[in-house]
Amino acid sequence: MLNPDSVGRTFAGTDVITIAQSEIDAFCAVIGETDTTIAPPTFSIRITLTQFEEILTQPEIGLDWSRLVHGDQKFEIFSPVKAGDGLTCAATIESYRVAAGNEIVTVRSDLHRDGALVISAWSTLVVRA
Amino acid sequence: MMEVGTVLPEQIFFINRAMLTSYADASGDQNPIHQNEEFALSVGLPNVIAHGMLTMALVGKYISDFAGGAANVLEFGARFTKPVIIPAGENVDLTVSATVSEIVDGKISLTVSATSAGVKVLGMAKAVVRK
Repeated sequence: MLNPDSVGRTFAGTDVITIAQSEIDAFCAVIGETDTTIAPPTFSIRITLTQFEEILTQPEIGLDWSRLVHGDQKFEIFSPVKAGDGLTCAATIESYRVAAGNEIVTVRSDLHRDGALVISAWSTLVVRA
Repeated sequence: MMEVGTVLPEQIFFINRAMLTSYADASGDQNPIHQNEEFALSVGLPNVIAHGMLTMALVGKYISDFAGGAANVLEFGARFTKPVIIPAGENVDLTVSATVSEIVDGKISLTVSATSAGVKVLGMAKAVVRK
């Protein structure tokens, strides 16, 4: 079970993640996108998913990743991501509830470039009973 | 003329096991339910299923094409209602279409439909683009 005290906490990623052209190329290749000058709209999941998996599975937070399914996902894109961008990612546990034994947690990930918000992404994750 | 209610042309994408492997590498999501049939069955799934985010990435391509490029996609959200099941050796359809739901200040809102084998796989799928 998720520790309820963690709801509302923000975990500020301090590392700057530099986006390589090869990462954008690989993502574009899968979906048949020929314009590789800009990252596709859902590309940032590559950064956010890895980060909040690390956060949510810490023993003090306690989410069971092995029974997890993705419930829904939303992106607000303020500025397109390109190769060479240095991004930081802060994850906030926005909400948590239990319904029919399933745990439902929403995490907001805010990606910044040079202090400016680039993308906010909301991921709702469901840990099946 | 683009107006509220305009239905955009349908596009069909195909998903197979090789694509799931490529997407796992491109996205970093190596969950075995998307690649290993034995594992998928062991956790109660009918077969290997596509990453929900792969489905969403393909719909994102559809939206980017409509918008004249990914740079014009401002918002995109969806609920994963049913898994897209990918049996070995098969190319499974992902059929995408959209309807213009709002036009305000040069921004177009789309309500998106995504089905696979006739089953709706995304719910509440919406996007806002600048066009």
